[in-house]
Amino acid sequence: MNSLKQIFGGDTRQFGMIFALVALVVFFQWRTGGKTLTSVNMMNLFNGNSYILILAIGMVLVIIAGHIDLSVGSVAAFVGIVVAIAMRDWGIPWYMGALLGLVLGALIGAWHGFWVAYVGIPAFIVTLAGMLLFRGANQSVGNSLTVPVPEGFRYLGAGYLPEVGPNTGYNNLTLLIGFALVAFVIYNEIRGRRRLAKIHADLPPTWVPVTKVVLLSAVILYATYLFATGRPGTSFPVPGLILGVLVIIYAFISNKTILGRHVYAVGGNRHAAELSGVQSKRVNFMVMMNMSILAALAGMIFVGRSTASGPSDGVGWELDAIAAVFIGGAAVTGGVGTVVGSIIGGLVMAVLNNGLQLLGAGADDTQIIKGIVLLVAVAFDVYNKSQGKPSIIGLLTRNFGGGSGGGKSSAPTPQPAPTEQAVGTKEVITHDV
Amino acid sequence: MNNHTILEMRSITKEFPGVKALSEVSLEVQAGEIHAICGENGAGKSTLMKVLSGLYPYGDYSGQIFFQGEEVQFKDIRSSEAAGIVIIHQELALIPELSIAENIFLGNEPTRFGVIDWDYVNRTTLELMARVGLSEDPITKVKDIGVGKQQLVEIAKALNKSVKLLILDEPTAALNESDSQHLLDLMAGLRSKGISCIMISHKLNEIEQIADSITIIRDGKAIETLHIKNDGVDEDRIIRGMVGRSLESRFPDHTPKIGETFFEVRNWTVAHPTVSDRLVCKNSSFHVRRGEIVGFAGLMGAGRTELARSVFGRSYGTFKSGQILINGKEVTLRSVPQAIKAGLAYVTEDRKSLGLNLLDDIKSTTVSADLKRITHGLVVDRDEEFRIAEEYRKSLRTKTPSVNEGVAKLSGGNQQKVVLAKWMFTDPDLLILDEPTRGIDVGAKYEIYGIIQKLADQGKGVIVISSELPELLGLSDRVYTIFEGAITGEVAREDANQESLMKLMTASRKSA
Repeated sequence: MNSLKQIFGGDTRQFGMIFALVALVVFFQWRTGGKTLTSVNMMNLFNGNSYILILAIGMVLVIIAGHIDLSVGSVAAFVGIVVAIAMRDWGIPWYMGALLGLVLGALIGAWHGFWVAYVGIPAFIVTLAGMLLFRGANQSVGNSLTVPVPEGFRYLGAGYLPEVGPNTGYNNLTLLIGFALVAFVIYNEIRGRRRLAKIHADLPPTWVPVTKVVLLSAVILYATYLFATGRPGTSFPVPGLILGVLVIIYAFISNKTILGRHVYAVGGNRHAAELSGVQSKRVNFMVMMNMSILAALAGMIFVGRSTASGPSDGVGWELDAIAAVFIGGAAVTGGVGTVVGSIIGGLVMAVLNNGLQLLGAGADDTQIIKGIVLLVAVAFDVYNKSQGKPSIIGLLTRNFGGGSGGGKSSAPTPQPAPTEQAVGTKEVITHDV
Repeated sequence: MNNHTILEMRSITKEFPGVKALSEVSLEVQAGEIHAICGENGAGKSTLMKVLSGLYPYGDYSGQIFFQGEEVQFKDIRSSEAAGIVIIHQELALIPELSIAENIFLGNEPTRFGVIDWDYVNRTTLELMARVGLSEDPITKVKDIGVGKQQLVEIAKALNKSVKLLILDEPTAALNESDSQHLLDLMAGLRSKGISCIMISHKLNEIEQIADSITIIRDGKAIETLHIKNDGVDEDRIIRGMVGRSLESRFPDHTPKIGETFFEVRNWTVAHPTVSDRLVCKNSSFHVRRGEIVGFAGLMGAGRTELARSVFGRSYGTFKSGQILINGKEVTLRSVPQAIKAGLAYVTEDRKSLGLNLLDDIKSTTVSADLKRITHGLVVDRDEEFRIAEEYRKSLRTKTPSVNEGVAKLSGGNQQKVVLAKWMFTDPDLLILDEPTRGIDVGAKYEIYGIIQKLADQGKGVIVISSELPELLGLSDRVYTIFEGAITGEVAREDANQESLMKLMTASRKSA
């Protein structure tokens, strides 16, 4: 019974959030009279939130390692203005500009990483300083002016896939992506089951994976339909595509590689990790550096979307990213969290924002509601941990993608298994204390 | 109960889940005496003092406590302090960033019209400091004075609470010789003013010098109370009381297969990580042979762990000098990864805060010290991980429903097996086991001993650090004794007995 509890209830917050996400979408679809699930609105949603979600990917790693990064908004803005000016004044092509931005992000990240990992200054302080520093640098470099970016660069933030192949009435590339994802979901489920059988683990009853695959495929196919049937010339948006690729890469890194394991180890118990041969300084350096690279990317996507870089780009982004990570199940004390969970957390915020806008709510009400959601989400999780409540969603999403549950219409990815365990054991500790 | 008895504890029994920490312990302390309590680590001394000071409140234990002729039932530390019993812990309870005066009056601040009366505080602090022989400015921050003086501040704080019975837990453990002597003189001075003292100490020479009587505790039982002068007690007598348990067959039968020396440390000197002039390892040399189990005996704080961790990739302290030779060749192990690569493994004494990531599960803990071995390309092979963890679960007989369980759910003995599995997976040549059976019940201890012997039989060298002498005597082929950071003796199994080891571990120094 105990193990059942752990399997189903271990990652309640994440499953709860998937549930909340679906409920939110359904609610807004109803209240807005069908304006939520339209191709235009969905494209807006992805275009308008992809940069926050990209930040959340980096932020969750930083938070798992036990740190925080407050500088991401300023770093994004600084990189944005430098790239914009470089393209305008030096005439470099847009892809060189993007490369320059990433290199600049890496340098800034190395700066943060140096102070955090090797000097030992808390990341809160280092990145608070960075927040001021790079905001000032943005305004100093750009003279507090707005600098436009060339057409090619805008593709990054607001582009669509080209129309290729026969005229099917749909965007063919979007269809292709959708079908590939469904195939991947099915393949993954079969592989996961084979793997479990091979190591003689308990297999869940057959209806569980079948239900899971059917549900997920339905969601993916519906999303594919939405994105493929937009007005001509549109498709699944490019920023969403970049996000999807990043989610897959980072879920893979955090879940399947040594470096990923080490991030969890350092955040879970730094001393134990060091005595097991983990070079915790290097790990801390890497996560801080990675965060700034992603911040640079997010900044450039935003600039591409808004066609120009300005002095107040990225204000408050760090807080949105941090909120997404905590809604997505990460622990303030480190050692716990998942990339996919953070994306779901970010999407909950995004759908909420979008839906309230469609309903005509003002920025004031939206903020109040978002604040309450953050608090309630974490409180719900703390409560569940103390109760060890099972979750039906957990049963359905278990073992999806080689690990535990999850999966989004946009980007189903291999799911980090450690979280399920990690959160499960966190439960125990809470009981003990 | 006669008139001179200030404290009597009657048949105190205290149980923790699965362990009887104290059983029917009685203790009588006379007014105006210094009463020493002796016993090995884990014998129950601290538990007894926690019962007395109300840290384990009334109802948590069984038995009665009489203080100044009346039965008392303390709910917490405040109520025992109100009665005049003050305990000073080994780790001082001072706040480093506050001044001496602020610390002395912390939680007890005198106010006038709701505002702290600083004049009174400073005046009284000066008086109290004079009584303990401390001449500092009352506004000096506690972090700016040495440990010896901090100890005096604690005593001044106790005096301010009009203490009648002062309990000192290892008061001189962290002090140098002159500070220790000053403290002992102060205790004698307090005694002459009618304040009784209970001191817990491992330093037998100090007990002999200052205590009036001594109660020896062993395995949670009060063995005997001796009057130092009347009974003619000396160090040997105390040691005999402390270790006098019979050695049952608590160890699996084992015939060692000892090979040639393969690991050697020469003149190892290491300084404290923050206090650079304090040496935690002093010119220590030792060696380990293949298939040999080497014991490191020493009391807590003697520098055993510091020695082990500094050898293990300099993971503790500041390296000063010394050599490590593996198979006769000198090696430099600057970091833990280098040490692991050179074939070392270190199992820490503090499983929970240094040995395990309690958020993690059994299978990923098992492979965590050598992830490279199960990584193909970039991917950590989870099937392999599961298989390996299963293998160790079976061979070490770890009791768990599945290797997917979190390590936090396991009992101490099973956690230790997971930690051992983790290091066995790195296939080391030398395992350093720091207190491998701490907090583990007797049955699991036997199994752990078996595992250790099996590892030695595979030709590995094993160093076992332990505070429990019977464990070292039952397990090791050779024992080094450590006292204050220096190796004070090397004793072969045949020549070792508890008395001789205890002597080397406590005071009398002999060159190795």
